[in-house]
Amino acid sequence: MTQTPEQSVRKVSVQCTLNGQPTEFLAAPYLSLLETLRETLGLTGTKEGCNDGNCGACTVNVDGRIIDSCLMLGVEAEGKVIETIEGVAPAGGLHPLQQAFLEEAALQCGICTPGFLVSAKALLEREPDADEQRIRLWLAGNLCRCTGYDKIIRAVEKARDGMK
Amino acid sequence: MHPHQYIAATNITEAVSLLARHGARARILAGGTDLLVQLRSDRYELDAVVDAKAIPELMELTLDGSLTIGAALPCYRVYEDKEVAAAFPGIIDAASLIGGIQVQSRASIGGNLCNATPSADGICPLIVHSGVVTITGVAGTRTMAVEDFATGPGRNALGYGEMLVNVHLPKPMANFGAAYQRFIPRNEMDIAVAGVAAAVTLAESGDKITSARVALAAVGPTPIFAKQASAFLVGQPATEEVFARAGEIASTEATPITDMRGTVEQRHHLVGVLTRRTLAQATQRARGNF
Repeated sequence: MTQTPEQSVRKVSVQCTLNGQPTEFLAAPYLSLLETLRETLGLTGTKEGCNDGNCGACTVNVDGRIIDSCLMLGVEAEGKVIETIEGVAPAGGLHPLQQAFLEEAALQCGICTPGFLVSAKALLEREPDADEQRIRLWLAGNLCRCTGYDKIIRAVEKARDGMK
Repeated sequence: MHPHQYIAATNITEAVSLLARHGARARILAGGTDLLVQLRSDRYELDAVVDAKAIPELMELTLDGSLTIGAALPCYRVYEDKEVAAAFPGIIDAASLIGGIQVQSRASIGGNLCNATPSADGICPLIVHSGVVTITGVAGTRTMAVEDFATGPGRNALGYGEMLVNVHLPKPMANFGAAYQRFIPRNEMDIAVAGVAAAVTLAESGDKITSARVALAAVGPTPIFAKQASAFLVGQPATEEVFARAGEIASTEATPITDMRGTVEQRHHLVGVLTRRTLAQATQRARGNF
């Protein structure tokens, strides 16, 4: 019996910290981190938009930096500290950014929202005083085709002011 | 994506032996912001992806007057270093506008070089800083001026079993300044219609140009070192009239095409405008005004 190309490549054991939990999984070395999160680990909060690094819907935080998870291999997660949208809310509540997005109606279809939240959280953790221009520049790698952005920017500013 | 194996090489010898063993069916992975897109588009198939981010030389950032940037070092590491930013502002101009924050967390200047797109924002600033790349392979190590590294759209000077190790920028002389600007239809996250990097060194009086380099992006099959415009500037006063004349000369050195981003005519025009503006900005920086 001949092997399929997929069978000829061995899966790799990967250990990382995922949303605060030590996590070990077998990664197919040709799958992106996005595919690995959604299909191997069942974390479907991270969304696939363009799948080529333009839209930011798949944004996750790796070692304190936001990245497009469609542009990183799952096997590269070895030893990393990763936070996805599933790790944003504290137990039993919402993160101030999530609350502000609800109050400001900063979403319509919602596909881009997890990426915006992960990106905005990283910004406010690094720069709690980020002004509107800085927020807009930081979020330039996240595309939204519904809101026209203004509501998103207002929500991030509201969360920023509330977190002080 | 075609199933490939993944090897995180820990030293250069291991990486080049993998490249030599697999030939065109292995590639170096740095940030992956080009490689993964290309693999997914089935432009080519690989048997082995060799991650270079665990190789110390490829993650180097050394500022000792001169600057050495490891080929796999992500852009943010370059532009978040305040000393590097102060000494090499032309590089920072490019590193901070390649993609958005997410891409800058992963994408490397070295990867921008290897991918060798004509519109690469990262290459022209290296050219005007007189950058030199170090290439290593199973047959040994060699160096090359950055302007000779890209050989065509998506093509570079790397031979069989070779990899880019770093790019080295010599220590800027006193009264040196550099800048990079591009034209895009929006403010960020886009590909240059045209881009220009310029560097000048001024005489001590601050008003005469003693050396200059101009390089052009997205207006030819590779980034272009504008030799005639650069030579013209030497010995000239640092004035708007001279910058405008240099722009006219640089425009004649561009060989653009018409495509979805812009026309031949627009690109010739943009080279003139951007050459004038980057020379003025580089001159301001040479005078100590950032």
